[in-house]
Amino acid sequence: MSTDTPPPTKARLGRALAALGPLLALALVWVGFALLEHRLEGTPILGSAMFSREAVAQVVQQSVVIGIAAIGMTFVIIAAGIDLSVGSAIALASVVAAKLAVAGHGAAAVVLGTLAAGGAAGLLVGLLIVRAGLIPFITTLGTLLVLRGLALGLAGSQPINIQELAWLRFWLNGLPPGWEWLVIPPGGWLMLVLAGLAAATLRLTVFGRHVHAVGSNEQTARLCGVAVDRIKVAVYVIGGLFAAAAGLMLASNQGQGDPTGANGYELDVIAAVVIGGASLGGGVGSVLGSLVGALVMTVIRVGCGLNGIDDSTTRVVTGAIIVAAVLADRLRRRSA
Amino acid sequence: MATPAGAPARLQMLGITKAFGRTRALGGVDLEVMPGEIHALVGENGAGKSTLMKVLSGAHAPDGGRMLLDGRPYAPRDPQEARARGVGMIYQELAIAPHLTVAENLVLGAEPRRGPWMDRAAARDLARRTLDSLGHGDIDVDAPAAGLSPSRLQIVEIGRSLALGCRVIVFDEPTSSLAQGDVGRLFQLVGRLADRGIAVVYISHFLEEVRRLASRLTILRDGRSVGTHAVAAIADERIVAAMVGRDVRELYPRSPRRPGEVVLRGGVPGRGDLEVRRGEVLGICGLVGSGRTELLRGIFGLDPGGRTEVGGRTVPPGPRAAWASGMGFVSENRKEEGLALALGIGDNVCLPSLRKLGRAGLVSPAERSRRTLRWIDDLGIRCEGPDQPVGRLSGGNQQKAALARLLEAEADILLLDEPTRGIDIAAKARIYATVDRLVTDPARPRAVVMVSSHLPELLGTCDRIAVMGRRGLGPARPVAETSPEALMAEATAAS
Repeated sequence: MSTDTPPPTKARLGRALAALGPLLALALVWVGFALLEHRLEGTPILGSAMFSREAVAQVVQQSVVIGIAAIGMTFVIIAAGIDLSVGSAIALASVVAAKLAVAGHGAAAVVLGTLAAGGAAGLLVGLLIVRAGLIPFITTLGTLLVLRGLALGLAGSQPINIQELAWLRFWLNGLPPGWEWLVIPPGGWLMLVLAGLAAATLRLTVFGRHVHAVGSNEQTARLCGVAVDRIKVAVYVIGGLFAAAAGLMLASNQGQGDPTGANGYELDVIAAVVIGGASLGGGVGSVLGSLVGALVMTVIRVGCGLNGIDDSTTRVVTGAIIVAAVLADRLRRRSA
Repeated sequence: MATPAGAPARLQMLGITKAFGRTRALGGVDLEVMPGEIHALVGENGAGKSTLMKVLSGAHAPDGGRMLLDGRPYAPRDPQEARARGVGMIYQELAIAPHLTVAENLVLGAEPRRGPWMDRAAARDLARRTLDSLGHGDIDVDAPAAGLSPSRLQIVEIGRSLALGCRVIVFDEPTSSLAQGDVGRLFQLVGRLADRGIAVVYISHFLEEVRRLASRLTILRDGRSVGTHAVAAIADERIVAAMVGRDVRELYPRSPRRPGEVVLRGGVPGRGDLEVRRGEVLGICGLVGSGRTELLRGIFGLDPGGRTEVGGRTVPPGPRAAWASGMGFVSENRKEEGLALALGIGDNVCLPSLRKLGRAGLVSPAERSRRTLRWIDDLGIRCEGPDQPVGRLSGGNQQKAALARLLEAEADILLLDEPTRGIDIAAKARIYATVDRLVTDPARPRAVVMVSSHLPELLGTCDRIAVMGRRGLGPARPVAETSPEALMAEATAAS
């Protein structure tokens, strides 16, 4: 009989658990550091510094750049692509934003100009992959250098100061005075809103389901009349737009457009998406998971800092958690 | 029954020609299918079946000839237009996105939408109604496709064509991915489609299937249609003769066999034990999923837990030791496991025996080509040369390359798992003849273990046959003392 279809309710429970898995992992890591603090310092667990408003705000603040870029990367990875140039794109975006601001443009022009730069970078990558038939890994290894070079050239190899640009600094420079009721920096809320939109797009639109179909089985998608090439270009453009938004947040946080900034962020962004349950083989991934992935990595960094754990250990722990997350995901899938 | 006079054909293909460069793939094909008819299309690999179907489905434009759908001109520019006009294809390889749900797969490419949003409720409703109408309302439309068996995925694919309102559905070797029990269910389903008036084109290598399902058949050879017949009025031999263009006297040649000493004793706990003699073919039949493949893999050391003795000496675990002991294995899954599709024939054939190709760990490409050419010649592998990627060969020629690997490695004990799955009858005949030659080679009689789901082939080639049942492998019986009915009964016995 139908041994291959589990009873619907049980199956649904399993799927719900799978969706909540990353959140559970985040809670586990967070509480873990509180327990560690309890062991080391004897602080009561609920009174742990990990649960303070400051710690929460700090974790979110430090996650926003990676988190926003990871939302875009989720589209790319679900479609079985990869974009290694996202760190360079973030740096380029921060430089473009600073240049436009210094040239006296208003907020709308700065934002639109920066997004256009990010989108164009994504379009370039997408067209190279689709039109020239290049492999995403190699293509974006190339654009990683190209975009970084553009950023350095545009900025004259110097950071461009925009410390006084109040409307931009508002977003990710701690909690602005008078806005303490937000609990987390405005940029954090922006990240959550963007994540909601992205998740709805991926889950609920025809486009989103086509992204899944292309990543799951490209031949089948083509056979069924999905415009595979257009979908592939679109995910890289979306990745570029989110990288640009992440670049704006980086500039807001640091008060400068830094052509050498966001160095190596591509690995953090990809790790966040993978910790969040995505498969590099395509077809699977969730925006919520990717955000949680970004938060988990920050919690480890902040938690280690609060507990006086040195940098070398922090790196080892972060690496181990990435591997453990992927392993846990595999076990969960097998049992489901 | 011939064409009912006066009744309008659902699909007519008239004098279709198609050339690729200087190769003429189709040299004038006529095909006519009535509404509600199941029409079989048979022919060797390379006879033009797939090109013809690509013309029908809009993937290739024909060079000449014309097509009519319900009497109206039909010339699709691409597969989307063909689907929109009501011509659907069910390919051999399942066209399923494993991560999407059943409902999403069923509406893929034609999603009901509200603006940019997918209308999920409508999609699920459509999927549920379609599956219900196929008698498979028990499939959960919200389940991810990855968890479903191949037979259910195929039903989802059929549903996809129905939801589009297809009037012609083409099945290309649809049973090759199915287990035995599911084949009957598929046949019922195909019958149901015909009852609804859908014109079904059914491509198969199995004449048994054609006889069970189709009322008429069209035979293709070398890119031409060489006849359309009522299935009931033509004998198997005449069909095969028309396909290959000459008489096939014996599909299963059998030279006098002289089994020698036992060369292989092997077993896997819970699956049973077997022993095979030099100079004989031992057949293993049983249902798909009964553990036949696992037994063979365990003996060859691909899966842990097997025990193997060759010539009385225990073989250490692992395929490396198995090759060294003189065993060779042909996987049932040639595309994913059996062959490295992107590599050349020579690379594939010489992979286990690369050390022979040069000294000090070097590999001589010239020597590799020389050795490979010998097998290309010996087994009749149709190819451009030893460096042609295996993935570009036809299934039958891929399987010959897989077999050549064992011969090149000088294996004395050949473990063959479904060696003729999905290959055409001429290539099958070649493989049967090769097996017969290998076990009766006077200088070097080999021992062969053949796993197969196709009983006629086991009865035709083997000396002894054992059945894999629920309790593991049964005793091996001489072919003369068994029958298809007895073997089937043993394979399906409850305990």
